[in-house]
Amino acid sequence: MLHQDVQAETKARPNARKQGSEEAGRTTEELHALYRQMIVIRYTEEQLARSHQMGLIHGACHTYVGEEAIASGVCAHLRADDAVFSTHRGHGHALAKGVSPREVIAELFGRVTGCSQGRGGSMHLFKPEIGLMGTSGIVGPCILQAAGAGYSFKLLRSDKVGVAFFGDGAVNNGAFHEGLNLASIWKLPALFVCENNQYATEVPFAYAAGNPNVGNRGPIYGMESVTVDGNDVLAVYEAAREAVARARAGEGPTLLECRTYRTRAHSEGMRDAGYRTQEEVEEWKTRDPIKRFHQWLLENQEADAETLAAIDAEIKATVEEAAEFARNSPWPEPDTVSDHIFS
Amino acid sequence: MRELTYVDATREALDRAMARDPSIFVVGEGIGARGGNFNTTSGLYTKYGPERLCDTPISERGFVGMCAGAAMTGTRPVVDFMFIDFILDAFGELVNQVAKMQYMSSGRLKMPIILRGAIGIGHSAATHHSGSYYPIFAHLPGFRVAVPAIPSDAKGLFTTALHGDDPVLFLEHKSILFNRGEVPEGDYAIPFGQARIARAGADCTLVAIGSMVGKTLAACDKLAEEGVSAEVIDPRTIAPLDMATILESVHKTGRLLIVDETFQPCGVGAEIAAQVIDQGFDDLDAPIHRLNGAHVPTPYSPPLENAIVPQESDIEQSIRDLLAE
Repeated sequence: MLHQDVQAETKARPNARKQGSEEAGRTTEELHALYRQMIVIRYTEEQLARSHQMGLIHGACHTYVGEEAIASGVCAHLRADDAVFSTHRGHGHALAKGVSPREVIAELFGRVTGCSQGRGGSMHLFKPEIGLMGTSGIVGPCILQAAGAGYSFKLLRSDKVGVAFFGDGAVNNGAFHEGLNLASIWKLPALFVCENNQYATEVPFAYAAGNPNVGNRGPIYGMESVTVDGNDVLAVYEAAREAVARARAGEGPTLLECRTYRTRAHSEGMRDAGYRTQEEVEEWKTRDPIKRFHQWLLENQEADAETLAAIDAEIKATVEEAAEFARNSPWPEPDTVSDHIFS
Repeated sequence: MRELTYVDATREALDRAMARDPSIFVVGEGIGARGGNFNTTSGLYTKYGPERLCDTPISERGFVGMCAGAAMTGTRPVVDFMFIDFILDAFGELVNQVAKMQYMSSGRLKMPIILRGAIGIGHSAATHHSGSYYPIFAHLPGFRVAVPAIPSDAKGLFTTALHGDDPVLFLEHKSILFNRGEVPEGDYAIPFGQARIARAGADCTLVAIGSMVGKTLAACDKLAEEGVSAEVIDPRTIAPLDMATILESVHKTGRLLIVDETFQPCGVGAEIAAQVIDQGFDDLDAPIHRLNGAHVPTPYSPPLENAIVPQESDIEQSIRDLLAE
């Protein structure tokens, strides 16, 4: 079993991946879809942040700003019947799996039109009809549940894949150890995506991990493992393509570490100080995944500025309309509060 | 009718369901070729193979969380804990994930998962192999909790668990696992939330749970020689709890004793008593009594162990005390 550190290799040989990506034969449509997906997430998150300031969101709101490349790059390879299990910072995963901005925003507004019909909020987004099997307020269980989806899919002889998204905060948790081991011994069709944004809430990963490398933990469990720059959507996209294909082919699970950074506070409205410097935040903003991909598309003549501006404008309007829809949506009926405890 | 042991009755239910439904699989330690520490799966490995009789590492949180994900994606896991004490390592997965998933998804996800294991005090199993814990699970919204006392109920309730879409704690007291009793052949299901009147009587109502059912019946046999007519109710499931049958009995007898091996504080007896006071206060001719196992961790040494479990003689004395009120 191998741990491939694509991020380190790219630093050593800057042109290596570019050549690889040409060989991969990506279409312009795929590239535009990746850009569009990242913009959907960014604009929805910025709308949610504004809505939080306006008091329209009643509980927590953990945004995904700065990490959009990961959900976009991974979910581009998933079908509606693949199962995604996510964590508390899950809006991006829901959107990338196909939940509409309307349903995400309405859920955070507590409306019956939300994807969880108002029972979930920011941390409990569900749309199992398209394989969003839930985001979670507890760190770790998504890893086990993705392994479980893999167990189902293997038992049912299907080529579906279970995918877990989790942060660096999950990898020092027992669920990571147990889940990766179980997935490995049964060669489950699963993908474990660690979004290493370097802080578990406000505790630095470098402090909290005896081994501060996530990617090299994969081979310890007998699992293929890749580390990529999580702010490089094409790097994520290529690594996920291979991992999803491996799972579909019955060749077992993959651990994919994506190194990234969240540029907003852990949760909207929280004091974002005392654990990281403003200089560090500003430095990471220069590595913004959307800015980088925007520039890459122009430089590689995969899009012109007008095309991208048109996408931006279209999605801006979509998200504004979604917020309006959410604000005008009805509340859930209180007399339904005991529904759905049992089947 | 033919007789089976309690554990054979559950295995018959499991075998029949697995033969029909290829999405059912069992996980646990030593439940594969070995057939389970308590013979819960013996013979099934050769019929259904290693994917459906899946031996696990000692990784309770891991395989419970994994089975939650499996239950959400189209299969029907049966988790065989061997001793139910081992479930506690998975408590977070059960309470925060398994019990809440159907609700949080507004009923769009199902959670067909059975969590079975041996409960109860006996054989100097000591404190890490003697727990029961069902009041804890009955406290939480989202779990069905079955505690069958006889082989036919074990088959009937296990069948219902295997066909439902809810998480079920299926708890089997070690002291009765190899008791024999009449068990219907073929398909046999008992709905959750229907108590069984184990003995009809007029002088007092005795609600007994799990292994306490047999002991209570034995005490009643003895007191019957003195002309005492006690009614014994076995709730069979703690969640849902069939209060209607209990209230009806108390309406008739006016006296209630709850006999339960698990702890008294915040326990099943407290819940039953509170509901009877709420809904049947005028029927009561005496205070409600409870007889429970002692509120201590389970000790090893036989005299200590015996001292914490309600014995037949304790139950007999408690009935006398109730009738003297």
